[in-house]
Amino acid sequence: MRTVIFRFTAPYLTALMVLFSIFVLLRGHNDPGGGFIGGLIAASAFAIYGIACGVVAVRRALWFHPMAISGAGLFFAVVAGLFSLFAGTGFMTGLWIFPVFFGNEVALSTPLLFDIGVYLVVVGGITSIALALEERDTD
Amino acid sequence: METALCLVVGCLFTVALYLLLSKHIIRMLLGVVLLGNGVNLLIFTAGRVSSIAPPLVPAGAETPLTDVANPLPQALILTAIVISFSFFAFLLVLAYRAYQDLGTDDTDQMRVAEPEDDGPPPLGY
Amino acid sequence: MAEIEATTGGTLALALPFIAAALAPILKRIFGAYAGWILALAPAAAFALLFSFLPTIASGGVVSFGYDWIPAFDVRFSFRIDGLASTFALLITGIGTLIVLYSGGYLAGHRDQGRFFSFILMFMGAMLGLVLADDLMTLFVYWELTSITSFLLIGFDHEREKARRGAIQALAITGGGGLALLAGFILIREVAGLNSMSEILAAGDALRDSQYYLPIFVLVLCGAFTKSAQMPFHVWLPNAMEAPTPVSAYLHSATMVKAGIYLLLRTQPALGDTALWTTVLPLFGAVTLVMGALLAVRATDIKITLAYTTVSSLGLLVMLIGVSTEYALIAAVLYLIAHSLFKGGLFMVAGSVDHGAHTREIGKLGGLAKHMPITFAAALLCALSMGGITPFVGFLAKEEIYHALEHGDAYHVALMAAAILGNALMFAAAFIVALKPFVGKLPETIHHPHEGSPTIWLGPLVLGVLGLLGALFYETYHQLFSVPMASAAVGAPVEIDISWVPHLNLAFALSLATIVLGIVIYLASNAIRTATSRVLSAIGWGPDHGFDQAMRGLLRFSFFVTSRLQSGRLDYYMTVTVMVIAAGLFAPMILGGALPAEPSMPTLYFYEWIVLALILVGILAVVIAKNRLTAIVSLGIQGFSIALLFILLGAPDLSFTQFMVETLSVVILALVMTRLKLSPADHRPMRETLPDAALALAGGAGLGLFLLSIVQRPFDPVLSDFFERYSYPIAHGHNIVNVIIVDFRGVDTMGELAVVMAAGLAILALIRIRAGGKTDVQPDPMETTP
Repeated sequence: MRTVIFRFTAPYLTALMVLFSIFVLLRGHNDPGGGFIGGLIAASAFAIYGIACGVVAVRRALWFHPMAISGAGLFFAVVAGLFSLFAGTGFMTGLWIFPVFFGNEVALSTPLLFDIGVYLVVVGGITSIALALEERDTD
Repeated sequence: METALCLVVGCLFTVALYLLLSKHIIRMLLGVVLLGNGVNLLIFTAGRVSSIAPPLVPAGAETPLTDVANPLPQALILTAIVISFSFFAFLLVLAYRAYQDLGTDDTDQMRVAEPEDDGPPPLGY
Repeated sequence: MAEIEATTGGTLALALPFIAAALAPILKRIFGAYAGWILALAPAAAFALLFSFLPTIASGGVVSFGYDWIPAFDVRFSFRIDGLASTFALLITGIGTLIVLYSGGYLAGHRDQGRFFSFILMFMGAMLGLVLADDLMTLFVYWELTSITSFLLIGFDHEREKARRGAIQALAITGGGGLALLAGFILIREVAGLNSMSEILAAGDALRDSQYYLPIFVLVLCGAFTKSAQMPFHVWLPNAMEAPTPVSAYLHSATMVKAGIYLLLRTQPALGDTALWTTVLPLFGAVTLVMGALLAVRATDIKITLAYTTVSSLGLLVMLIGVSTEYALIAAVLYLIAHSLFKGGLFMVAGSVDHGAHTREIGKLGGLAKHMPITFAAALLCALSMGGITPFVGFLAKEEIYHALEHGDAYHVALMAAAILGNALMFAAAFIVALKPFVGKLPETIHHPHEGSPTIWLGPLVLGVLGLLGALFYETYHQLFSVPMASAAVGAPVEIDISWVPHLNLAFALSLATIVLGIVIYLASNAIRTATSRVLSAIGWGPDHGFDQAMRGLLRFSFFVTSRLQSGRLDYYMTVTVMVIAAGLFAPMILGGALPAEPSMPTLYFYEWIVLALILVGILAVVIAKNRLTAIVSLGIQGFSIALLFILLGAPDLSFTQFMVETLSVVILALVMTRLKLSPADHRPMRETLPDAALALAGGAGLGLFLLSIVQRPFDPVLSDFFERYSYPIAHGHNIVNVIIVDFRGVDTMGELAVVMAAGLAILALIRIRAGGKTDVQPDPMETTP
């Protein structure tokens, strides 16, 4: 699988896919998409990168251990729930603010934070699985 | 459409169960994947296929203007797909490691936990 | 009758032992050898609290308190102290105080003394709750708690197999009886609507007249007989002597074994005085009385001797309760109190002898009187009471027993004979324990016999002296203890005037005869021992042996069942599972007539047909694929077709997810599969595949039909409508599916995230751990970078 063309294009493909996955994540609340799908796309991107350029390269590119990313995701998800607890409503009740940046109204909410958590858990978990399996190839 | 889906679900389950009944881990893994798909389709069909419009609320509206597909089973299945994938990956690795350590993918020969010549228990106190 | 509420005092008395039990290990660590003195304050305080109720109770009043527990089922956590409960409670806390002190000396320096204190105080709390409980469920909970704490105490020395066996046997027998008792209580609650002892007693003949009297009687009796060691359930009591001596003195003579007697006395006004009651109880009681006393004389270990005399005494009590007359019940009450005092004392003496001479074998003991004078004095005081010699409380009891049985008919004559024989044997046994070790020549095997610390001789001495004082000041004794207790047992106020001054009547003559017979037996005890042993070895089987056989049989049976059900073969498990699925689906559909109606031919667009056909082709190809790679590719085909199907049916989110997951599945499956060095093709013979295929078809068809019958029913859209209506207004999301996932059902999703993480972690662990515990040679590069 390590053809020159594949190895050359893989990083760009991965970057594009990750970018796309974030786009899918953020549009998720209003259009098809969301954390699960976005996470899977990003995880596939890293899996492709891993097949093309080796697991070590992916790990270096990720900087964090995939399971750490996954853990951070779970942390965000729980924090998103806790916010509403501090706000005096029930656990995981959605909270919304609509600040205006450069004249555009941006919707920020705890469900969005939660969805980011979902995204990170899926990216971390699945990438970890894929890399673990690919790594065996080398020995 | 629902009738046709029932048939597909029946076929998926038949094949999944058939594969799960075999003695080879790899076949069983394929069965697990099919079983997951079968269950997902079962939930989907049980939520009825009344409309094929995606469950989205159009911009500017409060509720969907037309009849849309049932969103609840979709939400349930969406997470189920990801979960069953993680589960499948785990089983796959488990099978792989079992194969590495035991040198077989035949479940009849995997008897580490329940050895065949397990004698009667001690009868003392 | 005055009825007062005493919630604070009563609750405190109940809680004190448990509080002390929780603190015991810590106090032991802090105060060391003096912990016993401090811990004894708890039962002493409970005793004082209960004693303060005595004026009310002696004048015929009742103290009650309680809390709601499960109001929906009328279960309360309620307690009621009348004469019966009060005397029991005073015995429990009073003897308990002495026992805690005694344990402090007896187990001084033992590694687990703190734990021992904890257990025995826990038992005390349980026993106290048992006798004070009014609500049936409360009583049952405490009843079982005494069984469990008894188990812990018998098995205290758990490194010895005999101790473990004794503990398991006691738990199996008394716990089993407890379950029977629970069934009896539930029956009482269900058929008679009576929830507590006070209601039962107030209901008069309700239970006797019930058509369920027989089952209730049998079940309650099972509870009482197992706990109070009636033949043939008596076996656990001698084996319970594996426990440290304070336990034997406290649980297995003075208190716990009396729980069954307590239950019989308590229920006597409601269940007693029927033909069944007056036949069954005296029969079991008399047999237990005579057999127990015979075995007591036969035993060579003084603790075992005492254990069998306890069995025998319990038989006597059951017999008396069975006779059910007022005199018999008074006799039972007098004997019960006397027994708790002298038997508890004698057990402590036995422990003291063991402590001082390091043996309990009757043949190896002798001449200790000079070296252990205080113990000897205590032993004599207790033995005289046990022998029924005036002026001791045992004498009052025995006079009353003979008085109760002196009727001309065959029934009473037979019981009288049993009582005389049993009492004579017990008389002999009492002096075997209290006299033989102290008189005669000191054997050479005993080195440095010595008196123990004051805590060791204090208990038996106090109990012995109390046995004397009770008889001397019999009026106060009757007024405070025996009259309230007997009145509660009889169910009507009674008068007791028996005193220590002998009167020349039939009962006194029989008393003298008993003593003479007892002396004869004492002198002939060696011959009797040999004779009994010969008879027993000729029979060669007993309930104790039967228990072993039953336990072994149980183990073998469960091993047989387990090895049949859990063969260790995965395909067998799978076959059973699929069979159950198929049967579970078809049986209700066919039997309940819920088979779906025959559906009409679906009308679909041609592209829908194509997608469905693709799925079917894909799954079919998975099965018939000649090699594994083809199977994997076919798996991908059906997965992608399902993704297509989702998008056709208005589920774009599902479609994308399915698409990504199928891709990843095929990739990792291929990654792993290429590394398994298996032959690419695997062929299965027809004789294996056909049954599997038939079974799988049954399961699949069952699920298909099940789904069909679901979709043929009307659809309830209430949930879907809710999500559609409120997705935007309250959750600000246009994509309803996503809103459900991250908002409406967010907690659910959070759980699923945890599952994904757990799977990831498990896979990492599986990959890294090599067989034999070695970790992977290649370290993870991520862990070495900062």
